[in-house]
Amino acid sequence: MKQQNQKKAKLFGSRKLSFRGIKNFWVPKKHGGVFLKEYKISAISEGTVIDHITPEATFKVIEILNLDKRPDLIISVGNNMSSKQIGKKGIIKISGSFLGADDANKIALIAPNATLNIIKNFKVTEKKQLKIPEKIEGIVKCFNPNCITNVERVPTKFTVTSRDPLKLLCAYCERRMKREDIILL
Amino acid sequence: MAKILKQRNYHEDVRMGSFKGKDLISIKDLSKEELLHILDATSKIKGKELLKGKVLATLFFEPSTRTRLSFESAMSKLGGAVIGFGSPNITSISKGESLHDTLKMVESYANIIVMRHPVDGSVRYAAESVSVPVINAGDGVNQHPTQTLVDLYTIKETFGKLDGLTIGFLGDMKYGRTVHSLAYALSHFKVKLVFISPEELRMPEHYLEELRERKVSFTEIEDLEEVSQQLDLLYVTRIQKERFPDPVEYERFKGSYRIDKSVLLQSKQGMKIMHPLPRVDEISMELDATKNALYFEQAKNGVIIRQTLLALLLGTIR
Ligand SMILES: [Zn+2]
Repeated sequence: MKQQNQKKAKLFGSRKLSFRGIKNFWVPKKHGGVFLKEYKISAISEGTVIDHITPEATFKVIEILNLDKRPDLIISVGNNMSSKQIGKKGIIKISGSFLGADDANKIALIAPNATLNIIKNFKVTEKKQLKIPEKIEGIVKCFNPNCITNVERVPTKFTVTSRDPLKLLCAYCERRMKREDIILL
Repeated sequence: MAKILKQRNYHEDVRMGSFKGKDLISIKDLSKEELLHILDATSKIKGKELLKGKVLATLFFEPSTRTRLSFESAMSKLGGAVIGFGSPNITSISKGESLHDTLKMVESYANIIVMRHPVDGSVRYAAESVSVPVINAGDGVNQHPTQTLVDLYTIKETFGKLDGLTIGFLGDMKYGRTVHSLAYALSHFKVKLVFISPEELRMPEHYLEELRERKVSFTEIEDLEEVSQQLDLLYVTRIQKERFPDPVEYERFKGSYRIDKSVLLQSKQGMKIMHPLPRVDEISMELDATKNALYFEQAKNGVIIRQTLLALLLGTIR
């Protein structure tokens, strides 16, 4: 069996193989030389799928959308899943709830490649690319230590003055942050 | 009602003539038309009764005697009363009470509030907490809009215009809030700006970026002599000792960015000199009596501009 696997590896390198309907990965010999099953999270009949989330941001997305405080929803989360587009990705499936674009756009800042899919009857009925909103309240911390939002308990407020390259203007101290200055609250 | 008017202040231009009930937090909140409207409205300050029965609260969480006296003088001249404090140490206010609560308390005593505070953005936050108008008299390194309006007014009164001037800024471009704010305000007009400072005190990149975006023509140089023949106005700023860890460095800069009468010999005839005061020794006293010196004029103009702002925000003039 082992020999057979190695033969396959020679033929296909470490490409993804489809074998009897289950997606398998060949892990190179130095890492153990075995086939692993790809774990998929189950499809939903109705609801919202947020796909292609930067893996570091997946759990932050849950927090921003308050999904951790919704006992009424069935939510499945996958992280570090393989993605052709971004290498690794996070995915969140929310059964029975349709997320509005306004809500979803809040996460565009931390997961710029994320897509929003609305599922009805197991089919994607709407697919949206997220867009960074014009105003960002909460979510991001001001990088100026002498800003009132870092001195007293004042929620942050930013205006997006440019999307590409990303620039945020703090409504209080008026300093402008670039993407590399952004720290999440 | 005041609350609704105030929300429009949030980085959006408002229509002219609607100053009543609004705040003045940042020079960036004002459009070109609004800037000019404020300067022109100084002509409406007549008589002594404009603000009779009104109370101004001056809340200075950081001392600034000049600014505070200027506001108090402005209010008294228009018949209004003043309450407040000049340093937080003499009150129990700074001890743990949130800014929001302090402002809510003061709101019930005053019709308008002038506030200075060492934290950036604190005055905008304070203004959001109350429904009476709030004027920013300096928030940390961020804004001091009434100083900028005084400077604009002085320039306009002296030259009769704001367009077509070449203006040099000398000294500390890095920490000088006055320079950042005035340069921004001047970006509404057709001006050429020259920033003259040692390499170590150059204007921070984010301010330059903003000027570039606003298509302002500016240059940065180290030596005043290179440009003094072209300048209509030289705006001198303080180089503060505490910015330098090495006192020897400070002495070196202080010496090379100090001006005296010899500067006039190399300059364009009639070049004017401004300074936000107080000066340390950036400008020799021998310049004080010359026609070039505008800095005492500036201080005098502080009162008329502040009278105008108080009356505009309280709605007794338009
Ligand atoms: Zn800030």
